[in-house]
Amino acid sequence: MSNCTDVIIIGGGIIGCATAYYLTKKGVSVTVLEGSDNIGDGGSSRNGGGVRQSGRDPRELPLVMYGIRNLWPTLSDELGTDCEYHQDGNLRLGKNEKHAKILENLANKAKACGLDVRMIDGKTVREINPYLSEEVTVASWCPTDGHANPLTTTLGFYKTARRQGAHFITGEKVIRLETVHGKMRRVVTKENVYEAEKVLVAAGYHSRELLGSVGIDVPMTQSLLEALVTEAQPHMFDQMLGTAEADFYGHQTKHGSFVFGGSSGFEGFNKDNGTPVTSSMTAPCICRGIMKYFPDLSDAKIVRTWAGWSDKSADGVPVLGTVDEVPGLYAACAFTGHGFGISPAVGHQLAMLMTEGRTEIDLSALHYDRFRAKI
Amino acid sequence: MINDRNREIGTFVPAADDDMIVCRCEEITKGEIRRAVHEGMYTITEIRRYLRCGMGLCQGQTCARLVKGIVARELKISPAQLEPASSRAPMRPTEMHILANEEKEGKRDE
Repeated sequence: MSNCTDVIIIGGGIIGCATAYYLTKKGVSVTVLEGSDNIGDGGSSRNGGGVRQSGRDPRELPLVMYGIRNLWPTLSDELGTDCEYHQDGNLRLGKNEKHAKILENLANKAKACGLDVRMIDGKTVREINPYLSEEVTVASWCPTDGHANPLTTTLGFYKTARRQGAHFITGEKVIRLETVHGKMRRVVTKENVYEAEKVLVAAGYHSRELLGSVGIDVPMTQSLLEALVTEAQPHMFDQMLGTAEADFYGHQTKHGSFVFGGSSGFEGFNKDNGTPVTSSMTAPCICRGIMKYFPDLSDAKIVRTWAGWSDKSADGVPVLGTVDEVPGLYAACAFTGHGFGISPAVGHQLAMLMTEGRTEIDLSALHYDRFRAKI
Repeated sequence: MINDRNREIGTFVPAADDDMIVCRCEEITKGEIRRAVHEGMYTITEIRRYLRCGMGLCQGQTCARLVKGIVARELKISPAQLEPASSRAPMRPTEMHILANEEKEGKRDE
């Protein structure tokens, strides 16, 4: 086995798998090294499945809009995997004046970027989703938003990239990167050395340490997010949901279960147990939030809860693109808990950047070099 | 442990009992599980995420051992080499209004 390919991707999450898919489609030889035992073990399989434009920072909005127009609609066919993509709109719910202000502010920002987001009253909300309680008095509504299944989408990219010739190795944790004559070249693991002229670092929070091995620092930290899933319920609605206070978010899946993510308020202070572990206070807190909005769900049984790290960048949007100091090195990390919806577009644009040296979408606002001290 | 997803495991050979349901909660058959292995799902966790087997009401308490055996045979390894999937809270399916309730004798337990 040769350890040399055109490209090495560090990280077998949805970003690594999607980029491997679009690269191998162009005939590029790719090795994907995943440190954990499973494909998509980080945020890729621990998120709420939102494919949202509303509520996004204008710097990453073009990526999700591109994906929704060009990639998401045909993704299941392309990957031979049911990604369960639904485009039935996003409701962000509110119950009082304060919430209305938060929602209006978000909606105005999105409108300025050319997105159709409307403010609607409680009556209109219940016409769209009759299960919502009378407590809901206001919402923002983005009809082109939606959701998909993060597990099958990630594994669909993996499966198809592998079939197109990408070489995946799991349990192969990268320790450091090495340059030769100032250019990216070697990827060193505990037992092996892999070589390529181009290397993409898409390893979640571990990216910081890897980029650090060639002198690049991305200001990022981790915060624990938790989610729960109910038993299958009769079909109720297809919208993606969120709230002004961000107390919970989620949707009903094709399977019938509801997947809801949420928080307890202690996200930045959770213990790092070496693996993300749920806290006993969070799922009950998410349930209390949900029941106020959906009284009908109070008898639904929770079958499982889980937690995952969100890799937060200092300014809330990812780091994407080339690294000036190290020719041949590319970064895709710090997705800050909203990487799933943009992942097909990110993989698509990175594959273009790595083969043609350009992108269709301007990524300059997401460059690693953007961080400046406050004075 | 290093797990090279290019290693040779042979091709998928259909079998007479492929229609047999293994995961009863999610109605996943033996054939679907065997086929998933050949599509690259080499770990129990990936099989679960891809097919949903062991993700239903019983959370794999009934079928986990069977699935492990099927996957191991397909990969031509011992079942002992396969990590089981993580068990998740709650221990058994629990209604939202019960899980949400932190009150003791009508008072919030502070």
